[in-house]
Parts: sequence; C-alpha cells; structure tokens
Amino acid sequence: MTLLASLELFDIIFYFFAFVTIVSAAVVVFSRNIVHSAFSLMFTFFGVAALYVMLNADFIAVTQVLVYVGGILVLLLFGVMLTTKVISVEMKTGTLQTLPASILVAVLAGTLCGIFWITDWLTPVARNAELPATTSSGIGRALMTTYLLPFEVASVVLLVAMLGAAMIARRERKR
Amino acid sequence: MPIHVSLIHFLFISAILFSFGVYAVITRRNAIMVLMGIELILNSANINFIAFGRYGGVSLDGQMASIFVIILAACEAAVALAIVLNIYQQFNTVNVDEINALKE
Repeated sequence: MTLLASLELFDIIFYFFAFVTIVSAAVVVFSRNIVHSAFSLMFTFFGVAALYVMLNADFIAVTQVLVYVGGILVLLLFGVMLTTKVISVEMKTGTLQTLPASILVAVLAGTLCGIFWITDWLTPVARNAELPATTSSGIGRALMTTYLLPFEVASVVLLVAMLGAAMIARRERKR
Repeated sequence: MPIHVSLIHFLFISAILFSFGVYAVITRRNAIMVLMGIELILNSANINFIAFGRYGGVSLDGQMASIFVIILAACEAAVALAIVLNIYQQFNTVNVDEINALKE
C-alpha cells in the first residue's frame, strides 16, 4: 500500500493512458476482425496523444488527433470498406508465420527494453519550471526560421503525394 | 524500476508499441493491417523523439522532428492506400502473400 500511496496524480494518469495505449495496440495486432482492429487503433492514437500531453507537447497532441484520427484512420477505414467483402464473412483476416514472428518480436522487445534499462540516460531533471506553458508559438517560430527549408519541402511532398495518390487510385484499366 | 514517471517509462511504451507494429507487419496477410502496423511503428518513433526532447534538454527539436514524421506518415498512408486499391482492382485480393506477379 505504501507503494500505491506514493503515487502522484501525474503517475496515475500516466499509467492509465499507458494501459489504454498498450491494450488497444494489442487488440489492433491480435484481433482477427479488421474493423475491430481499425477502431481499436483509434484508442491507441488517442492514448499516444495523451502521452504527448504528458510530455509537454500540446501542439503535437492536437496534431496527432487531427491527422491520425481525423485523416489516416478514416483513410484506413475507407481502404477496409473498399477492399473487403463486407456482406460475407471476409472481415476475418489471416495470419502467417505466427510462431517465428512471436519469437523474433519477443527477442526484439527484450533487446530494446534491455538497452533502455541498462543505458545510463543523462536526464537533467526538475526542469519543469523552465518549460514554456505552451509550445505552439515556439514551434511556429522554429518553422519559420530554423526549419524553413524542411517546412517548404514538406509542403511540396504533401502536394506530390496528393497528386500521386489521386492518379494511382483513379487510373482506368484498359480492357 | 522507479515508480515515478521518468524517461524510461516512455521508452518502454514506445518499445512495446514498436514490437506490436513489427508483429503486425510480419504476420498479417491483409495489406491494410500491414499499414496499421506501420502506423504503430511511426507512433512509437514519435514518442521517442518527444520523450528525448522533453527529458534530454528543454528544446523543441524533438517535437519538430515528430511534426515531420506525422507529415510523412500522412503522405505514406495516402499513397499506400491508393496502391492497395489499385492492387485490389487488379487481383481482387489484398492479401500480400497472394500478390506475387507484377502484372496479370
């Protein structure tokens, strides 16, 4: 009980959202029904957005909700609906090579966590006072000064991706 | 493991998300499930960027990197889904193990 009593509110909120993220990600990966996976992915994205808020990244959290939940998830659901025979029982999706993949992924996760655990991270703590309350103005300023070139390149990349996606998806097939 | 939240907690969560994503990419037959796995991997990378930016030193560089990751993830999803739809028209399936010809 002393362990639980020593938890602060921040920790409790963190563990709650970490739990939501991990469990919904597990449902995404292990559910046989692709629609269940897609909707569970929404909770994963929301959980990750909450983690961003806990990391003082409010702008990124809002962007995450807008782009991932509002854009990418809707695109994925369109993909599901257009390529799956909804009327029949084809919603189930198969899996391949589960045993070797499980071993590989377990080794991968163990290696990553072990490296994270044994590394002596240099974390200057107690910097909360120095953090700005909001990051939007700082990000806007950085986008217009330090990151101006990547910002412009990203806009061109978005345009090209939009044109390319429209062209690929609409191409007529010669019979 | 320290019970108070620090950098390593976020790193563990991102490692678990990354492993789930890799598992989905490896085992799923449906191409759209593979895309969902890729989104999980990109999200785990973003968590790492922002966590290092928050705990490593107070700067916005980590958040800037994650913004560009989100932009490229949106591009990737759009183009990949267009390709998947085209494949579905061509082969009438989106199972990645049955698509083994470049043309009919």
